Amino acid sequence: MATPAPAIPDETKQPKSKAAKAKENLTSPWATGAAIIIAALWTIPTIGLFMTSLVPGDQYRTEAWWDVLLSGDMTFENFGYVLFNSFGDSSSADPLLGNLMNSIVVTVPTVVFPLVIGLMAAYAFAWIPFKGSNFLFVFIFALQVVPIQLALIPLLRLLGPNGVGIAGEFPGVWLAHTIFAMPLAVFLLHNFIAQIPSDIIEAARVDGASHTQIFFRVIIPLSLPAIASLAIFQFLWVWNDLLVSAVFGSINTYPLTYPISNLAGSYGATAYLVPPAAFISMIIPLIVFFSLQRYFVRGLLAGSTKG
Amino acid sequence: MSGIHEAAALVPQSGLDGEFWSTQGSNLLLAAISIVAFIAVVALVMFGADLVRGRIRDKVQLVVLITPVLVLLGIGLVYPVIDTVWLSFTEIVKEPDPVTGINTETSNFVGLQNYIYAFTDPTVFRTILNTLVWIVLVPLLSTGVGLAYAVFIDRAKGEKALKSLVFMPMAISFVGASVIWGSIMYDYNETGAQTGMLNAVLGTFGIGPINFLAEEPWNTFFLIVILSWIQTGFAMVIISAAIKGVPPEINEAASLDGANSWQRFWRITVPSIRGTLVVVMTTITIATLKVYDIVRTLTQGRYNTDVVANKMYVLSFVEQRQPLGAALAVILFIFVIPIVIYNVRSLQKVKETR
Repeated sequence: MATPAPAIPDETKQPKSKAAKAKENLTSPWATGAAIIIAALWTIPTIGLFMTSLVPGDQYRTEAWWDVLLSGDMTFENFGYVLFNSFGDSSSADPLLGNLMNSIVVTVPTVVFPLVIGLMAAYAFAWIPFKGSNFLFVFIFALQVVPIQLALIPLLRLLGPNGVGIAGEFPGVWLAHTIFAMPLAVFLLHNFIAQIPSDIIEAARVDGASHTQIFFRVIIPLSLPAIASLAIFQFLWVWNDLLVSAVFGSINTYPLTYPISNLAGSYGATAYLVPPAAFISMIIPLIVFFSLQRYFVRGLLAGSTKG
Repeated sequence: MSGIHEAAALVPQSGLDGEFWSTQGSNLLLAAISIVAFIAVVALVMFGADLVRGRIRDKVQLVVLITPVLVLLGIGLVYPVIDTVWLSFTEIVKEPDPVTGINTETSNFVGLQNYIYAFTDPTVFRTILNTLVWIVLVPLLSTGVGLAYAVFIDRAKGEKALKSLVFMPMAISFVGASVIWGSIMYDYNETGAQTGMLNAVLGTFGIGPINFLAEEPWNTFFLIVILSWIQTGFAMVIISAAIKGVPPEINEAASLDGANSWQRFWRITVPSIRGTLVVVMTTITIATLKVYDIVRTLTQGRYNTDVVANKMYVLSFVEQRQPLGAALAVILFIFVIPIVIYNVRSLQKVKETR
């Protein structure tokens, strides 16, 4: 789109040109209608979740949210109740605030650790020629698709009471998350770092800069967009994870997803607490997602189209 | 309002006492210290390696750069995978020691016994069949809808906002999406008012109510819809970028030759982005194999909806039948192997053409 050939009118500046009209015709009324239906189907459920969160507990089984909305009985009470009073089958169950804090304590370090380690390895694979470099990189790339189920049982034994004894505590959860994040981290950062113009690195080498110096002065500053992409990926992945936390965590470390998944499956008298809890668990990832969507998309493209 | 609320309001919030806050405080402190210590150690080692003089310096620094990732992957992924494969060929026998009376575990090699069990036991075999249905339908549904949507909104007004709407579920956890669909869309009351949106809509047409999660065999399909709803945004974003990479001149030339938009879609757009479509489908297939959250949250595998990933979790960590769980994990891996080979080959092709 940057430099249109003289024969083709510049569409960006003349929106009413013939070419532009031909483009508009591509989208028939049917296509527009279908797009609107898809957009609605992808949005309404989440709006429904928010509205259902506002239904008082004693009306949850008998009245749909649109009826409650019309009768004006909607309340924000449920959010405070699940967060500060209780979330579970009985009113003595622990509230979600502790799990919300656990989600933060699990997520933040597991964004930092794989980023730093991945950045170091990615630089080595991209710019330091060594024997076996190509093989190791392809091997790490292939590890990306290994289902993590394959590693769970032995890794839990290694971290458990008969091993290092950190399973069920935050360091154990951090370590498991960090390990499982490594293949994608190395691959994604490598794709980006390998595209840094070789002149820059070679010039620094000629000037006598060591790998450490290049890493801190050239690679880190130039990789900030890739770092942002991976940080968002990792944040969303860990925040939304259930499996790793369920296997390597304990009652002291369970994040929001764990109690929500449990109560959602019980369909009991306190089922009305599940929608507000689910909504609370989504607020932070949705904010991160919408404010940093640009980096997220860039990371997706770098991580998948090259593969 | 409700009685439950009032009762709770009278009792001081027992869970959130001083002990609660001191636990939270020390957890946050632990996280902060760990991050700072980690970065400090990395920086120290890196700068330490910079003090080395002479020709060996480059080698030392290379070792420093790649050792952490190799150690983590070796201990955390490569060894466990090998161990899991071995475990899947064994059985664990717990017996009290004849002398001390303490329970001891011995593992015996039993060949393919766990695999034979997995393929002959009806409940376990059903999870394999269900997983096959998932890995066929989820990639097809999400890529199909994602492709259609990407084409429909290409160069439309407000394209970015329209993309965000469909992309948004990517930010939601599988658990959250399960709650959305389970209790908001699929909710079911045998009689009386329907509080679930889908049954309410169907009711206005005189259909239903349908118990979406219990109605076999369609319930598996209704669970598949949830994962497809999440993955469509991923497919759409990647495909949309690929569509923008198709030179507009080709479309214009075809248009002048009288090709309608349907023909242009099938003869130009789809062939030009075939590579991207394959990448998207394989990525979604791999993601689908691992997902156990949806089944665990909504049905716990009841009504014949169980999948291998959930059964593996239950067998290994609830019922403590690790060898059988290991066999299921290996079966998941076997599903992936063709994709691994394909991906490694195409990565090598990319490297060669560079």
